Amino acid sequence: MAIRRGRGVAAINYPTGMNLGGDPTQALVHSTPTGNFMVTLSSVDLGQGMKQIMAQICAETIGVPTDRVVVDTADTDTGPHCMGTFASRGTHRAGNAVIQAAKEARQVMLEVAAEELEVNASDLETDGQGNIQVKGAPQKSISIFDVALSAHFKRGRSISGRGMFLIPRSYPEKETGAMKPSTCYAHACTVAEVEVDDETGEVTVLTVKNVFEIGRALNPKMVEQQLVGGSWMGISHALYETTEPYYPNRDHGGTDFNQYLMPGPGDLAQTEIVVLERPSADGPFGAKGPGEMCANPQIPAVANAVFDAVGVRIDTLPITPERILRALKARAAS
Amino acid sequence: MAKVPVQFTLNGSENAEFIESGTTLLNALRDKIGDTSPKGGCHQGTCGACSVIIDGELKLSCLTLAETCNGADIKTTAGLAEGGVLHPLQRAFLDAFATQCGFCTPGMIMAAKVLLDRTPNPSREDVVDALSGNICRCTGYEPIIQAVLVAARANSRTAA
Ligand code: FES
Ligand code: FES
Repeated sequence: MAIRRGRGVAAINYPTGMNLGGDPTQALVHSTPTGNFMVTLSSVDLGQGMKQIMAQICAETIGVPTDRVVVDTADTDTGPHCMGTFASRGTHRAGNAVIQAAKEARQVMLEVAAEELEVNASDLETDGQGNIQVKGAPQKSISIFDVALSAHFKRGRSISGRGMFLIPRSYPEKETGAMKPSTCYAHACTVAEVEVDDETGEVTVLTVKNVFEIGRALNPKMVEQQLVGGSWMGISHALYETTEPYYPNRDHGGTDFNQYLMPGPGDLAQTEIVVLERPSADGPFGAKGPGEMCANPQIPAVANAVFDAVGVRIDTLPITPERILRALKARAAS
Repeated sequence: MAKVPVQFTLNGSENAEFIESGTTLLNALRDKIGDTSPKGGCHQGTCGACSVIIDGELKLSCLTLAETCNGADIKTTAGLAEGGVLHPLQRAFLDAFATQCGFCTPGMIMAAKVLLDRTPNPSREDVVDALSGNICRCTGYEPIIQAVLVAARANSRTAA
């Protein structure tokens, strides 16, 4: 009877979005009379940082500071259609829709500015600080505030744009059944080190080292917090969390936070993350969907580490002490 | 159900309410008084999201009956900023990206405040211990722990 050490590795491909009846998301962008921009979406921010990212994408496309953009994700009854923020699709799908809408709005904004400055719209550029200027002659400029006022009260223009991003439905090929369920893959690899007590079946995670390839990190700090949190969620899925420990039997299933095992601040393993940026061809500014992927590779890595440590394959989650002990017993018996 | 008068200080101001007997402090704060900074995660004392400070002690407002708070001095995260200036803990949480969805944040900040009030220079273990009653489903514990340590250092600098 001893504490045994093991190391496991796992790598994953993670698709962005869904392939059901097609995968659409729409966005609308319009300016207020004072030259702020509204992004209207039905895509919901459930804490993953969607609003911040959409504001950045819209601001970057129109050429204004991020704090000039307000994102409204108010109501799926009245907003432009979105399939939803799941399957790590929010940044990729909604981001592309926002880019398209923001481009159209930017075009109208430049046209109004061109009329005010009596130049061609194609000769204009934004300075990123809230002004529009003539390329090569920045002294000839107008603030976006004044452009919006002019559009609203003088020229009768709506500085607005419509965006739609659709991944069409993919049907399986008749002969082979092959299909293209997704357009854009993120990747990750985890190495986990564990200690397994072969007397009690208890697993202690010592270190978790992750590499995530996520296209481009549109907000590096937010990506980091999602990946670090997600990494630990993956460990938690591997070792602790379930509502049905004896599935399909409901016995001993947790019914509240008291009985549902979740990690606390005292249960952290030493975690490392490395972000690789390989911009995706069809992603907004190269982004992919890292959301759910960040909690995936840790699970097979821990299972492999447990196998490395005590030589039993646990293929049912979570990898509880009971399952390890039963497997050890079965191996000893055979 | 009969209503009972309850009077307490909330973040420095006097509050007097008629509250249905049996109402939790959490529900009284959120639904009656309109301070929604304490969050209801579990309503059974296991997540820490509803943490508030009552007479200097960290308490779970979901397990505290409002009517037992007569005369109490109650502090919530909503009252931490002074004159538009964020409390060092709030500042540190922002700077360290220690919130994701933010649901656990007010409870974490209350637990951290009680820690720093008593232990101005905590060790990492002290912080982990102080936060161990608070669950973060976004699992962002590492930046949260870091933020508390940073706030402690900021405090000791201004005190020096
Ligand atoms: S709501 Fe009070 S501890 Fe969860
Ligand atoms: S930030 Fe989401 S629960 Fe802690």
